[in-house]
Amino acid sequence: MTGKSMATPLTQNIIPDREPLDITQYQQAGGYQALRKAIKELTPEEIQQAVTDSKLRGRGGAGFPTGMKWSFIPMGDDAPHPKYLVANADEMEPGTFKDRLLMENDPHQLIEAMIVSSYATQADVAYIFLRDEYKLAAHCLKQAAQEAHGQGFLGKHILGSGFSLEFHIHTSAGRYICGEETALLTSLEGKRAIPRQKPPYPQASGLWGKPTVVNNVETLCNVPHIINYGAEWYHNLSHSEDGGTKLYGASGRVKQPGCWELPMGTTIREILEEYAGGMRAGYLFRGLLPGGASTDFLVEEHLDVPMDFDSIMEAGSRMGTGGMIILDDKTCPVGMVLNLERFFAQESCGWCTPCRDGLPWVAHILQAIEEGRGQMEDLEILEMHTQFLGPGKTFCMHAPGAMEPLQSALKYFREDFERHIREQHCPWRN
Amino acid sequence: MLSDEAKKEIETELRQYEQKQAGSVEALKIVQRRHGWVSDQHLRDVAEMLEMSLEELDGVATFYNLIFRRPVGRHAILLCDSVSCWIMGYDRLYQHLQNRLGIGLGETSKDNRFTLLPTCCLGDCNHAPVMMVDEDLHRDLDPEKVDEILGRYQ
Repeated sequence: MTGKSMATPLTQNIIPDREPLDITQYQQAGGYQALRKAIKELTPEEIQQAVTDSKLRGRGGAGFPTGMKWSFIPMGDDAPHPKYLVANADEMEPGTFKDRLLMENDPHQLIEAMIVSSYATQADVAYIFLRDEYKLAAHCLKQAAQEAHGQGFLGKHILGSGFSLEFHIHTSAGRYICGEETALLTSLEGKRAIPRQKPPYPQASGLWGKPTVVNNVETLCNVPHIINYGAEWYHNLSHSEDGGTKLYGASGRVKQPGCWELPMGTTIREILEEYAGGMRAGYLFRGLLPGGASTDFLVEEHLDVPMDFDSIMEAGSRMGTGGMIILDDKTCPVGMVLNLERFFAQESCGWCTPCRDGLPWVAHILQAIEEGRGQMEDLEILEMHTQFLGPGKTFCMHAPGAMEPLQSALKYFREDFERHIREQHCPWRN
Repeated sequence: MLSDEAKKEIETELRQYEQKQAGSVEALKIVQRRHGWVSDQHLRDVAEMLEMSLEELDGVATFYNLIFRRPVGRHAILLCDSVSCWIMGYDRLYQHLQNRLGIGLGETSKDNRFTLLPTCCLGDCNHAPVMMVDEDLHRDLDPEKVDEILGRYQ
């Protein structure tokens, strides 16, 4: 790798509007070296240790340390088999488009990452759980998997070793809840995507009751680079305690919406100003959701906060997927929260009552306020819901996630809510 | 009844799963690709193949929004209504599609050409607003561009 690609390992092979590298080109660029090194020189335990030391945290939104997640997989001769590794490619968090970039533009990177990660957890079968709308990604991944099979990187006795891996791509059929890791497993079993109670965690009892690890696409794509260049190198890519780089995105009324691989811990201001080009002419910044729909709003005073899991948490939100959604001064904050809560209400799987009934109620109240039929007491009812649908009250994190933008909007944009109610109409509409 | 080809295609897909039921979504999608939607009769046929109860398979079919249990037009428009597209002009696009096609969400145009459906985030937010028509993603949309795109689908 050269200097620039050393700094951006995940996107080093990605050039916009170019076909992804085929297996020959990918290998010329250093691809599948991590797989060779892993299988020929390293034990699964050594790989797990390297991933732990790298301080890689899950990029799907929750930020759970990947090495620790893997450490709960039963290893050794007594472990139940088959064991599974699943790549969560159900990217459906509004404002998030990073995994699409990785899969469409460098599919071999994900496949190599999955083989190495399967070896590290001694998985027998690996699935990509891919959302159905990602047609181009499905095409690229299928082709790459076929090539990898042809070279003996997938299937029986990989590179002549004792390690074999069965590999499948499962395309889904919609529904945001499939991205929740236990709902994803239920869906992969061919059922309605209802989340499961934890514990037991998937590592103990996952797909068909067998040990399973589910990792996000971006998370997995880091693994080959950690193997090639070491945990310390990887950790030093970051500006913060968490290791590595991060694919940050920006959408909304910025000059250049997009997705960029940057050191973990780059400040919000740098991403917005240097990469997204600042606000479009005629629009002022009012706030942002730092990492998708299910994160708390941050505002002007937070612009110098580094985008890493702990710093954003301290600022009162979550880094989530790192897909920032920008609220401008010509967009109604109440309307925006209404859009978000309608989405969450619609995408509730319907299994537990607070989520199934609470979210539509929240959306209903927000609609009344937006349409000028709100009352001041409605704000208290909304506040109450942020408690009733908060963590610990529901089966999974869908409803608590939905409450994050609501509770923070009530805090930072209170005056806008009150103005809707006082003036009995939306000030952003005539 | 399912054609022999459809059955064969479903059987091939079932090989990648530990249990037949795991192929339910894929089997329904195969039927849909061939027939446009999943009728009661097709649902019964698939349930029999997968050794599932009809009720359970219908539970699956109605859970996933990209499985159609009612007839749709020749082309399905999936219009993204999630937050980035909403900020960037969803309302204007929806209004335009309504006027142009004479239908609302969940409806099929009289000439049976289009069914208009809402969808959540299509993961292309840096090109919002976006929509899919059948398997094609269309980005950076405005009403003029939508007209030009619709013309390509007869």
